[in-house]
Amino acid sequence: MFYVSMFFQYVSQYMKTRLQYRADFFMEILSDLLNQVVNLVFILVVFGHTQFLSGWSREEIIFIYGFFLIPFALFSAFFNIWDFNDRYIVKGEMDRILTRPIHSLFQVILERIELESLFGVVTGLIIIVYSGVSLNLELAWYDPILFILFSIGGALAYAAIFIAIASIGFWSDAKTSIMPMMYNIGNYGRYPVDIYNKVIRFVLTWVLPFAFVGVYPASYFLRKEEWYAYAFATPVVGVAFFMVSVVIWNQGVKRYRGAGN
Amino acid sequence: MGKYLAMIRMRFLMMLAYRTDYYTGILIYSINIGAYYFLWNAIYGEKSSIEGLSSMQMTTYVAVAWMARAFYFNNIDREIATEIKDGKVAIEMIRPYNYLGMKTMQGLGEGIFRFFFFSIPGMLLVALIFPIELPKEPATWSIFGVSLLFSFIINTQINLLTGITTFFLYNNAGLIRAKRVIIDLFSGLLLPISFYPMWAQEVMKYLPFQGISYVPSMIFTNGYSSGEIGMALLQQFIWVVILIIPIQLLWIVAKKQLIIQGG
Repeated sequence: MFYVSMFFQYVSQYMKTRLQYRADFFMEILSDLLNQVVNLVFILVVFGHTQFLSGWSREEIIFIYGFFLIPFALFSAFFNIWDFNDRYIVKGEMDRILTRPIHSLFQVILERIELESLFGVVTGLIIIVYSGVSLNLELAWYDPILFILFSIGGALAYAAIFIAIASIGFWSDAKTSIMPMMYNIGNYGRYPVDIYNKVIRFVLTWVLPFAFVGVYPASYFLRKEEWYAYAFATPVVGVAFFMVSVVIWNQGVKRYRGAGN
Repeated sequence: MGKYLAMIRMRFLMMLAYRTDYYTGILIYSINIGAYYFLWNAIYGEKSSIEGLSSMQMTTYVAVAWMARAFYFNNIDREIATEIKDGKVAIEMIRPYNYLGMKTMQGLGEGIFRFFFFSIPGMLLVALIFPIELPKEPATWSIFGVSLLFSFIINTQINLLTGITTFFLYNNAGLIRAKRVIIDLFSGLLLPISFYPMWAQEVMKYLPFQGISYVPSMIFTNGYSSGEIGMALLQQFIWVVILIIPIQLLWIVAKKQLIIQGG
């Protein structure tokens, strides 16, 4: 209960500061939107030259991209910890976090929320509805529930990777520029995994589970039965990877000695 | 002239001190090239060529477009914006050099550094991993070099323009981000211009962006006939000249209404 009320207090505080600079707030949303438009334009132009991409049609690829946007938006809104090492360890901010009576990771996440990223959920839903309608996808009554579960699972998988990498900061002081690299690898999950070779497919499934953010869960809604096993594994994979990453984080916190000044 | 050369040298040495940051940069670009390599392979499928480019040429195009970006890309628009915001620009303007010229030289110093420590090793790395066809004719290499220099100038001019708008907009972080996305799309970095629908190609003919990435990359991949090369280079050159005009005009107006926002 305490955690829930903390969450809402941070959110309301955040809204106050953000709405102070409204123009900036809308610019952020606009530039995210522009990015998404560019990615869509890419898909549209490419399909001007081919009918299928490894057996996936244009609308299916667009659907996967739309689905990807939703867990990605959840992740970017709540797990904005790519600069954790610089911001908390090098500057010694972690000391302050550790003196407070809530879990350190929870607090870091609350301090770094960026709710405007949630707008990606809206764009994602619009894209999904558009492509879903043109594909004549049928919905079962339980599909919305699965949709929510898969989205959360995907977001957790994404978050797990970034939490695990942020935890490296506890062991080594070296500047971790691995984070931006991860954002780029994450883009691989936006397209069907069958276009990649075996090694990359394995990595995207079991090592850095980015495929569970886009193509695997989306293939359930596209009724691609050969991928059902992976699709249904999405929430399990998300939770499992997330739990492992929290364990790594907790181990790291035990080792934390402070930057000292 | 000497002072501008010193600027290039200083920026080069500064970058050299932080060179380890660039090793991950090469990896990131290689990861991006990899993503597009697999994507294009799937797009080509059975087809031997699309819009006159074979799949091997396409891989080369993607690789050279990204590695050339390492050379022409710079953040001087953001640097100008910060210098205006914290008031440093006032000091810069009373110094005995042209502020915009100095910024351009810093960008060039950065570009030269990245050319040797990023583009060349990066190109060697991706040539080992992916099937890439390097040009065989020495002439192609030198024409590519000229074209790449033009692409640096055009990109820098656009950056200067974006930077100067800070004088009028005060906070243009959003504009800078939007500009970067637009250049990635319209310059041909993500997609060769010839892949766009005809109407879009018509529109882009009248924009300076394809001079940034499409022209040098097409030259490198032998995607142009010799007549087209001449036209493309001429087009780049014309844009270099045209873009001087709005920069100078904006700069004159901007100097008159400079407001320092603190510092």
